[in-house]
Amino acid sequence: MLNIPVLRWGKPYDSLEKDQVVHFLTGEPIAAVSQANGALLQRDMSKAKNARKALLDFKPHELIERVKKAADLYLNATLPMGNGTQSPEEFARQQSATTGLPEHMAKANMHKNHFVLTHMDQMLDALTRGLPLDILSRGFGVESRGVVVSYQCQSPAIGVVLPSNSPGVHTLWLPVIPMQVGLVLKPGPQEPWTPYRMTAAFTQAGIPAEAMAIYPGGADAGAAVLAACDRSMIFGGTATVERYKGNPKVSVHGPGFSKILLGDDVVDDWEKYLDIMVESVFINSGRGCINCSGIWASRHTSEIAQAIADRIGPVEPKPPEDPAAALAAFTVPGQAKGVWQNIEADLRESGIQHVTEKYGPRLVEMQRCAYLRPTVIHCDHPAVAAAKKEFMFPFVAVVKCPQGKMLESIGYTLVGTAITNHPLWQRELIDATNIDRLNIGPIPTTKLDWLQPHEGSIIEFLFRARAFQVPSEKITELATG
Amino acid sequence: MMPADIAPLVKSARDCLDAHVYETVQWHFHASTGCPFWLEKSGELKFDPLKEVKTFDDLKKFPEFQDEWLRGGPVRRWVPKALADKPIYVFETGGTTGIPKSRIAMDDFRTDYSLFSESLPEKYFPKGANWLMLGPSGPRRLRLAVEHLAQHRGGICFCIDLDPRWVIKLIKKGWMEHLEAYKQHCVEQAITILRAGHDIKCMFTTPKLLEALALELEKQGSSIPKEGITGIFSGGTEFTPQWTRFAVEEFLGGPPEESGVYMTPTYGNTLMGLAASKPVTAADGYKISYYAPQPRAVVEVVEFSDYNQVVGYGKTGRVKLTTLTQEFFVPGSLERDEGERELPFEKYPWDGVSGVRPFHELAEATTVGVY
Repeated sequence: MLNIPVLRWGKPYDSLEKDQVVHFLTGEPIAAVSQANGALLQRDMSKAKNARKALLDFKPHELIERVKKAADLYLNATLPMGNGTQSPEEFARQQSATTGLPEHMAKANMHKNHFVLTHMDQMLDALTRGLPLDILSRGFGVESRGVVVSYQCQSPAIGVVLPSNSPGVHTLWLPVIPMQVGLVLKPGPQEPWTPYRMTAAFTQAGIPAEAMAIYPGGADAGAAVLAACDRSMIFGGTATVERYKGNPKVSVHGPGFSKILLGDDVVDDWEKYLDIMVESVFINSGRGCINCSGIWASRHTSEIAQAIADRIGPVEPKPPEDPAAALAAFTVPGQAKGVWQNIEADLRESGIQHVTEKYGPRLVEMQRCAYLRPTVIHCDHPAVAAAKKEFMFPFVAVVKCPQGKMLESIGYTLVGTAITNHPLWQRELIDATNIDRLNIGPIPTTKLDWLQPHEGSIIEFLFRARAFQVPSEKITELATG
Repeated sequence: MMPADIAPLVKSARDCLDAHVYETVQWHFHASTGCPFWLEKSGELKFDPLKEVKTFDDLKKFPEFQDEWLRGGPVRRWVPKALADKPIYVFETGGTTGIPKSRIAMDDFRTDYSLFSESLPEKYFPKGANWLMLGPSGPRRLRLAVEHLAQHRGGICFCIDLDPRWVIKLIKKGWMEHLEAYKQHCVEQAITILRAGHDIKCMFTTPKLLEALALELEKQGSSIPKEGITGIFSGGTEFTPQWTRFAVEEFLGGPPEESGVYMTPTYGNTLMGLAASKPVTAADGYKISYYAPQPRAVVEVVEFSDYNQVVGYGKTGRVKLTTLTQEFFVPGSLERDEGERELPFEKYPWDGVSGVRPFHELAEATTVGVY
């Protein structure tokens, strides 16, 4: 069994408190993960300046090169992991064993992270909207149009409170290192793997170990990250979103409530879009915030719900190592049952039909874990509670709603795919502030364009644009400096 | 296994406890000395406590003590007739929502802390030294008790205001910024007092407040040792070995012999009194074991399924407290904690408890604040 320490700015710390991470099916112990107490983390944050200082010793392009090297190490190398080592195959197996994600999905996530790391220069070019990185590094500089600009780094390190259930979110913090900002990661209890493997790859690629810290721990450690870092990112449910909404120090990533909206001009041809609807709901076992949880249309909703149910309703759990496994297990005891009870309560409301019912029970309980099979419900109108629910498995509410009422009824939407050719409605969709990422046209909600800001701009979160003046004779010196 | 050489000490302590139980029950259930609550309750019992309680084990005949009996008045029903003319204090616990539990007291809090004083090493808690009480105030007994401890040792105690009920409310409301501000307010009061030339060497505080104080001092380029503190008596919230190790190694500057600062964890409550800890050492993995001030109070670790059955040594169970003083009698109250049963040793030849943490069935509903 692996023994994984806390990493305090690169230095391992073996805690007296350890969380045993076990295989979700067999209960076999996989790792003992040292737990950090909150004050230990807070105390270490006094050294956060050293993290940025160590990164500022390199030019941004040097860090980008090292990140690219780390990409290959992350994907292909056997790397140190706690008191042992970890091959890529072991990584996928261990991540699957503790998160419940099928192994092939864990491998797919590795490729996603690899892509982000190997395209880091383009990614940063996109995220900064073409701003030369040395301006961020130096804090000021002259743009090509001859104007002095300044960006002030808001925190020497960013804290990230990560979830247990969705390894895909790691792509959001990967651009931080080449922006010369230190990393303080608090992994989810069941997914320590990516933060540690990524840190090992970064270190082997020549990125200073003192720029990175990992603090596994309980709620105390998570709260300490948010209290101690001037900028932090947290992943959680609606309650977490509400708690940190409006806090400029916290970038909060909650449920996505991502949706597909079918315009009146295309809805009669809904069958043409069935594939993208199914993909949006089903891919990655429906776990991501960008998975679609609502399909809204003014007519044909019963047929749409039935067609999706026919495609995904029969899917059954398979062992995690099966390449055809499409569903992720719920590994937290009682969680799947709780979710299903919640759905059952919603189904008692009038105006709701459970469309996947004929394909058998949705809740499959096993000795140490449980699965929820894909679930499609139909809502006669948007006012029913279930119309705006999102769960951690392939679940979709197909909602009947007039097009004119849709934008005011859908609520917050992380990714909105609106299939319409109607120019006026397209304009309204572009202006709708309750939709974050907007796809106009038949694009799955789960399709990412890495060269666009994803879930807010991390640049704007970490750097503040400000006025900066110098005597005019110094401009040339600055431009070449 | 219990070492054979302490068996006589254990036997003697047990005999002493049995005799003390007999006296205490006679006191609380005799019409001339007992309190109205127990005199009335005895009419409902299926046994006669005056005749049938002769040993500690006989206390099992009592039904489970209900915390609810302590909520609401008249609080005088808990005052033994024989002590009715004495000045009476009332200490409260809980009360974040609804009526708090009340406990009457005359001298128990002083006696408890005078006895506890004997466990403090003179080198780090010098007689005559002044104290800082950075902990819960208001209707809790801690402020008066710690003040008595300081006075008992010849010192003067400086106190700060802290209302733990407000702290719990802030946590429940999710007003974490207010919580931080309130904590900071308390810590600022403490630092002001520490730097006001009062020659304070000893301190009572809770783990959370010790953290906050140490972090703030570090931010200001100082530390607990640099401020002249040599002895810390801490309690109120859960102590873990890891936290203790962290505090000793990083806040206090190492074990007492290196840093000159000694910290002792304690466990207790308004109802029971104060259990002292076995000295905590790195060699023992910072294990924290508590021992009640027997025979005035008894800590047992009992089966989750049968609260009258103690678990085996080293096994896990729920913490059960028994209070046996002339002022107050509680024949076994279930704490909101669980832990492991610990062997007696020379200094405390009776059972202890280690690894104290919130009882797993209640843990999710428990809000741990600064107290």
